[in-house]
Amino acid sequence: MSLTAAEWTIVALSLKVSVVAVLVTLPVSYGLAWLIARRRFPGRMLLDALVHLPLVLPPVVTGWLLLILLGRGGAIGGWLYDTFGITLVFNWTGAAVAAGVMALPLMVRAMRLSIEAVDRRLVGAARTLGATPLRAFLTITLPLSLPGIAAGAMLGFARSLGEFGATITFAANIEGETRTLPLAIYSQLQVPGSEDAVARLAVIAIVLSLGALLASEWLVRRSQGARAHVL
Amino acid sequence: MFFEIAIDMAVDDHAFTLDFSSDAKLTALVGPSGVGKTSSLNAIAGLLRPRSGRIVVDGQVLFDSAGGVDLPPEKRRAGYVFQDARLFPHKRVAANLAYGERLAPAGASIVTRDEVARLLEISHLLDRLPATLSGGEARRVAIGRALLCAPRFLLLDEPLASLDEDRAETLLTLMERLRDELSLPMLLVSHSSAEVHRLAGRVVKLA
Repeated sequence: MSLTAAEWTIVALSLKVSVVAVLVTLPVSYGLAWLIARRRFPGRMLLDALVHLPLVLPPVVTGWLLLILLGRGGAIGGWLYDTFGITLVFNWTGAAVAAGVMALPLMVRAMRLSIEAVDRRLVGAARTLGATPLRAFLTITLPLSLPGIAAGAMLGFARSLGEFGATITFAANIEGETRTLPLAIYSQLQVPGSEDAVARLAVIAIVLSLGALLASEWLVRRSQGARAHVL
Repeated sequence: MFFEIAIDMAVDDHAFTLDFSSDAKLTALVGPSGVGKTSSLNAIAGLLRPRSGRIVVDGQVLFDSAGGVDLPPEKRRAGYVFQDARLFPHKRVAANLAYGERLAPAGASIVTRDEVARLLEISHLLDRLPATLSGGEARRVAIGRALLCAPRFLLLDEPLASLDEDRAETLLTLMERLRDELSLPMLLVSHSSAEVHRLAGRVVKLA
């Protein structure tokens, strides 16, 4: 199976959008995961629920919310445009933002589970040995939750690759700019006689997603035993 | 005085007070299970916060609710040997031993790594991961790790529990040596009256 130049563009764009989405979301997810796993504060349950919201909300609603917040006329988007001249809507960075937001709940979940699996008493032991809270975090909690970070990143990557609803709503379906694999498949489906093109793109999507999912399962099992699951 | 401790504790639903002064080199803390012996050690190490009171070890105020003093664990410099060893599972024995050693103030060390390895007979374990150690081996490494962090005092939580007789005897002898050769105040939690009788200059009952 060989891909046409246009198809390669789609695959490359999808990978770029997903990689950037995961890289940007990663530190945010880990921070949220740590807060939810380790801190007790008023509003913790609300924060947990908000983080999970993109998982249960219709993606088109998430996309619409992003449009309201980050669009040029939006509260944050307007400020970004006025201050830095940055526009997120209708370009690939917008697609990455949409994918990142949709991937966030899955990433936070995987990381939270692995942070919770780190015995807090080990952190206490590190403190008695002279470590400040930051050092104890960097030398104990962070390395021991690394498998969860990797699994969360893989899962987020797979989720980003498949992102459709929020992306098409927020970033639109622009060839070479925001037309990732799912959007390209959707566009091809509108064209009569393009069954082969659809099938090829679908196979690529299946292979990439399955690969990312298997990789994250493998990472979790390797570190937390054969019966652990990331999903 | 080595230990001057008067604290009011509340852990989960259990409230108790600990109140004693001791100038013995090794003080034993005894009492039935669940009475708060480990919680008391945690409070002295700075891992648990008493409701109120005062903790002074070897003249240094570690905690004083009236005076607003509450040193974080890393400033208290307790050599804490936990009952469950609590080695870092992702670090080899050598790295576990070095963890506190690297963070100790310069010139404060009381033993060298070689001395610790020889005394505790753990030289052959340095490249191993904690998961591969037996209970007794892990306990010895934990004692070594605590000694190497240049502690100002030692907290020992059931250091001989669940060890076979030969190992227990070896460690008992070692603790006698530590008691006699280092000028470190030691606080021992133990269920074994033989152990307490042999080591402790002062016994504090918690009930």
